[in-house]
Amino acid sequence: MEPNLATYLGLSGILFTIGCVGVVFKRNALGMFMCIELMLNAVNLTFVAFSRYYADVHGQLFVFMVMSVAAAEAAVGLGIFIAFFRNRQSIDVDTASILKN
Amino acid sequence: MDMVSTALFFLFAGFAIMCAISMVYHKNPLYSAISLVGVFIALACIYLTLAAPFIAIVQILVYAGAIMVLVVFVIMLLNLDDEPNTSRLRYLYALGGGLGIVLLAQTLFVVYAVSRTPNTAVDPNATVGNTLDIGRAMYTEYLLPVEIVGVMLLMAIVGSVVLARRLSQPALELVIDNEQERVNEELGLE
Repeated sequence: MEPNLATYLGLSGILFTIGCVGVVFKRNALGMFMCIELMLNAVNLTFVAFSRYYADVHGQLFVFMVMSVAAAEAAVGLGIFIAFFRNRQSIDVDTASILKN
Repeated sequence: MDMVSTALFFLFAGFAIMCAISMVYHKNPLYSAISLVGVFIALACIYLTLAAPFIAIVQILVYAGAIMVLVVFVIMLLNLDDEPNTSRLRYLYALGGGLGIVLLAQTLFVVYAVSRTPNTAVDPNATVGNTLDIGRAMYTEYLLPVEIVGVMLLMAIVGSVVLARRLSQPALELVIDNEQERVNEELGLE
């Protein structure tokens, strides 16, 4: 069975599912961040697969943009985690409840 | 595609899925990060089988290189331990399981629907993935988005510096006082 477009989309969907479930299950902010990166990568795979099967370069440009956004997100997100850790001595998202009530 | 590249695709696809599951499974953030590097490398190899060498190299450089080094650096800096085994709210587990089942069903539906449509044959001589074509599109048709991405990266640099900066208590009070004065002046002018 040769890989075709459906195979690539299936792989991408499985990776996206794992990332999405991980975001809900993880309590660690860094773990959630890594799951989001996994979801972004799954979407990138669909872009590259469509770009290959429709012989169109625009999909790969979108992948480039997504990677830039992911890099910016990593820089800002990790800055937030460090500031959060300084205030709470923990990176568990369940402790971020100061705005409750 | 010949036998070898088919076998390579399934090898890397299995590796990617295994690494992704191991990332979600491990409690220690460092093990999760290393598993995620495995996913990124497997995906880069899959991009190579999709004739996209530029994206494959950028994937290795940006994701497996820059972003994961940053993540591992933060894990080391914060000296994180394993997640404690306190129970999380139960409805979150139900929510996660339900979400996973729905997404998996959608994936199956997409695979079924796409495999029923007539298969578009891949042109073996297509050169959409090479650096020349991507660079040409990037600096002619997509010039404005590329510039916007550059500005966004600059904003991210400035933002992360501002976020990670630690102000001493007197400096913090000075900043707050200045801000309060500025607000008062604005209110007085109106």
